[in-house]
Amino acid sequence: MSNRVINILVPVISVIIGLIVGAIVMAVSGYNAVDGYIALWNGIFGDSYTIGETIRQITPYILAGLAVAFAFRTGLFNIGVEGQLIMGWAAAAYVGYAVEGLPKFIHLPLALIAAALAGAFWAFIAGVLKARFNVHEVIATIMLNYIALHVSNALIKVWADGGDKTQRILETASLRSPFLESMTQYSRLHWGIIVALLMVVVMWFILDKTTRGYELKAVGFNHHAAEYSGMSVRRNIILAMTISGMFAGLGGAMEALGTFEYVGIKGGFTGIGFDGIAVALLGANTPLGVIFGATLFGSLQNGALNMPNEAGIPTEIVSIIIALIIFFVASGYVIRVLLEKFNSKKEGK
Amino acid sequence: MSFLDVLYFIIPSAIFYAAPLILAAIGAVFSERSGVVNIGVEGIMVIGAFVGIVFNLFTVDVFGDFTPWASLLAALVIGAVFSLFLAIPAISLRADQTVTGVALNLLGAAVALFSVKLIFDKGQTEFITERFARFDIPGLASIPVLGPMFFHNVYGTSILAIVVAIVAWFVIYKTPFGLRLRAVGEHPMAADTMGINVARMRYIGVMISGALAGVGGAVYSLTITNNFSHATISGQGFMAIAAMIFGKWHPLGTMGAALFFGLAQALSIVGGSIPYVQDIPNVFLLILPYVLTIIALAGFIGKANAPKASGIPYIKGQR
Amino acid sequence: MEYVIEMLGIRKEFGGFVANNNITLQLKKGEIHALLGENGAGKSTLMNVLFGLYQPEAGEIKVRGKSVKITDPNVANDLGIGMVHQHFMLVENFTVTENIILGAEPTKGGIVNIKKAANEIQALSEKYGLDVDANAKIQDISVGMQQRVEILKTLYRGAEILIFDEPTASLTPQEITELIQIMKRLIQEGKSIIIITHKLKEIMDVSDRVTIIRKGEGIGTVVTAETNTDQLAEMMVGRQVTFKTEKGPANPTEEVLNVQDLVVLDYRGVERIKKLNLTVRKGEIVGIAGIDGNGQTELIEAITGLRKIKSGKVLMNGQDVTNKKPRQITETGLGHIPSDRHKHGLVLDFTIGHNIALQTYYQEPFSKMSIMNYKEVSKKAKQIIEEFDVRSGHGEASLARSLSGGNQQKAIIGREIDRNPDLLIAALPTRGLDVGAIEFIHKRLIEQRDKGKAVLLISFELDEVMNVSDRIAVIHDGEILDIVEPKETNEQELGLLMAGEKRKSAGAVKGDE
Repeated sequence: MSNRVINILVPVISVIIGLIVGAIVMAVSGYNAVDGYIALWNGIFGDSYTIGETIRQITPYILAGLAVAFAFRTGLFNIGVEGQLIMGWAAAAYVGYAVEGLPKFIHLPLALIAAALAGAFWAFIAGVLKARFNVHEVIATIMLNYIALHVSNALIKVWADGGDKTQRILETASLRSPFLESMTQYSRLHWGIIVALLMVVVMWFILDKTTRGYELKAVGFNHHAAEYSGMSVRRNIILAMTISGMFAGLGGAMEALGTFEYVGIKGGFTGIGFDGIAVALLGANTPLGVIFGATLFGSLQNGALNMPNEAGIPTEIVSIIIALIIFFVASGYVIRVLLEKFNSKKEGK
Repeated sequence: MSFLDVLYFIIPSAIFYAAPLILAAIGAVFSERSGVVNIGVEGIMVIGAFVGIVFNLFTVDVFGDFTPWASLLAALVIGAVFSLFLAIPAISLRADQTVTGVALNLLGAAVALFSVKLIFDKGQTEFITERFARFDIPGLASIPVLGPMFFHNVYGTSILAIVVAIVAWFVIYKTPFGLRLRAVGEHPMAADTMGINVARMRYIGVMISGALAGVGGAVYSLTITNNFSHATISGQGFMAIAAMIFGKWHPLGTMGAALFFGLAQALSIVGGSIPYVQDIPNVFLLILPYVLTIIALAGFIGKANAPKASGIPYIKGQR
Repeated sequence: MEYVIEMLGIRKEFGGFVANNNITLQLKKGEIHALLGENGAGKSTLMNVLFGLYQPEAGEIKVRGKSVKITDPNVANDLGIGMVHQHFMLVENFTVTENIILGAEPTKGGIVNIKKAANEIQALSEKYGLDVDANAKIQDISVGMQQRVEILKTLYRGAEILIFDEPTASLTPQEITELIQIMKRLIQEGKSIIIITHKLKEIMDVSDRVTIIRKGEGIGTVVTAETNTDQLAEMMVGRQVTFKTEKGPANPTEEVLNVQDLVVLDYRGVERIKKLNLTVRKGEIVGIAGIDGNGQTELIEAITGLRKIKSGKVLMNGQDVTNKKPRQITETGLGHIPSDRHKHGLVLDFTIGHNIALQTYYQEPFSKMSIMNYKEVSKKAKQIIEEFDVRSGHGEASLARSLSGGNQQKAIIGREIDRNPDLLIAALPTRGLDVGAIEFIHKRLIEQRDKGKAVLLISFELDEVMNVSDRIAVIHDGEILDIVEPKETNEQELGLLMAGEKRKSAGAVKGDE
């Protein structure tokens, strides 16, 4: 059993244990775990509508996961994906409804770019705080999350003339398509999934093919050696956060231009940003891993919506399961040790 | 409203909003001083807030007047137990402490809300009937000017918070336990060679932080919102961590910082009744505590030093 | 009871790696017993077993004739065993008193009784001649005093048997003499001492008997008076060792490095380099001798661009590189083997291949127009691995972290030498390495010099500096006190210079003043 295999087994085992513990929690609370998981399954794969919605849910998760993973690879913990995503959502929705008279092949990319820039800017602030003032990015980004929430709400109130949400975006900025709608019984599935997958390639390219990626990784792993070799640690930290925020902002664009086609006032966080952490962790911060993690968690979160209806179980059970999976992955060392013990037993050591 | 009137209005609110922060922040100090970063304070506060309300609702007939205090006790115990979700992975399983803390936040919120829906069939609890009493501190309340500001109509929990801060200072700096705790956070290997059980000290540190965060959350829900929903705790746990950093990991400094943040929170909520302040667009008041936190971290952090070994798992036998 | 400590047949493993295999060590009461072995031979491991930090897989320990199980340091303390660690186990921002009483604090009503503690410590320090300032913070006191605090820690707990782990690593020759006096005083007061070391001269000076360990195996125990350094070295390494490095005379030509009136401050604004002057020429090795903390770090950082220069000039090949960025300076022909290989030399989580490209990744052939060419990186890495005998599990795809210290250092040296720098700065290049690796590295440095390159060597090991350098510059308190040739001086003189005493004889000195 090579190291590579162990690296894949740890997340897989963590997921399995998480699901088992989730079943125990359900049972202890007096719910029927079997019904629960069937409802979950149906919520994901039940029919073309649910499949469409599941893929739609996975889309922003990929981007949130990329954001966190990219930051992690460069030594930074970006917990601010939530706030960056909210800002991206607001920016995309605004450009989507307020800019008129543009053809689709300009308007849509423009809205996407606006979202990317908004998210990038929001993360840039945290990057500067870290690079120049040595403010730990964990606290800074968490504070920025709350600031984003209130600021975007205030902006929406202004844009909506005191209302709760902005006008619907123009068709020329929308990611939706009648074709997809007809295929999935009018789910909200949209072309954003292509954007997300494209960004996966972008992340891979930046990190594994460019000199900039080499620098970002060096700075992330050992900023002393990086500095000594002539790299600017400050610039790379800021750049890493900014690129990470760009992915997050695009995640917000998915919601603005695909799922909802507007932006509304929020009473709390969307949760996508935090789940992005789970996605990145499960995917070991690699582009392919992020796709796997996003698929898993996106499916779970979408499937959860079916659980109150079909099995009478609150949707929060899935959040509990996701949190547990993170615990198990984070404690992966133990699983690793057990696997290695098993390994050496097999080889007759 | 004269300036003095404004003070009479805002200071009690500031103390009142600061009390949960003080408790949670002092807890965080214990954890960090022992070398374990506890980002999960928010999650434990949520659980504490939940336990506080639910315990109150269900045992109000049993404990009568004492119910709110009994609820705090329940929150203390549950908070300490819940903190094991951080302690075990971080201390015994070498998990990354920040990641585990984030997961703890997710878990706390999810478990609390799940339980609310399970018990009440809706997204929030009822309102409690048995609340903390407010009273005047005998003697001190009659001091001119300061009396009505600080000692009039005070919640017992605010006094509790301040007492906890002072006791924490004493324990950390004057007792053998405190010396060993600090040693474990600065140089765990040195402490190990002096025969101190590093893992045990860290478990204690984290569980104290869980207990205090639980109490802090319960104080919040039992005095400020009087019920529990998903919106009850929103960022107070992180503000507590910021207060700890602002206060340079010193209990008294932390208490001071928490009072300051309490003031910011109070302004954002009751500012609408104060002249001048009420003219400021609400969004600025809402983001004030968070912006202040960032400024505090950026402005002061240069000189502040976290316990040296904070955040790094201690592995015996590593050279 | 002839033996106060007996470790019989001790075996200690770390997950398959056997650190101690069937080792026996016996300590007589009132003797100083040396434990000799190279780095990584297993000496510290054995003593950590004795001190209760590790549990042995097999073997027996007897204290004063009774068989015991030492499960943790508290048990060791109770048995009267105390350890003076090589890397001090001191909490920097605690006071001397707090560090000494940690874990055994005297209390009064639940509060730590600092006064009582300070008095007790004062009494102890006077009894054993260990001068310390009980109220000073560790971060403010000298290395020598820190070591005395470590010794007091053991005495405070009533240790009868003291283990000294590489005690002279950071001491000046004079402080070493003082330490030897302290050890003799301790013996007079009835203690027994085990000293772990790889310094043969000290063993001959201070010990009664020596036990030698090699690669985890016990080789034997000899009486010091009946042996000599050559014999000890042979037992330690397993073959005959020459201590002198073969080298021909130097042929220095033009200047490569010219440091003029250099002034460098530390982060508090205190002058660390005070108008320092130094030149290094092609074809020579200049060694900087000095005690740790006299400005070596700041000097190297200033030359390599990692630290701001307050005033003065640094010229490389005639070009002014004062306060230029590290990359610009590197490009003028500088190679640097950093003193802390894990901090500045390597990215441990990169592969060897990626580490080889650390200085040059942005140039062809490793990259073109911002796109990396990892194929070329691999090629170069393979070449360097071969040429410099870097041993690893998976060749250039191994993570740097998985290599031994010696191989990591060889990789760094390979990378730097391959870039063909005009000036190679080697800072503590052989720290923590075994004799084989040290020989290899010294050979390569001399090779560079013979190729007509310049080498600036910084080292805390006097032997190394004297062996390898063509000229020795002694640094003290931020200045070059004197420049001497190895054949015109000796350790005593260098020791004095390193401690700040100017030379008495005004012999002819080549180079500059």
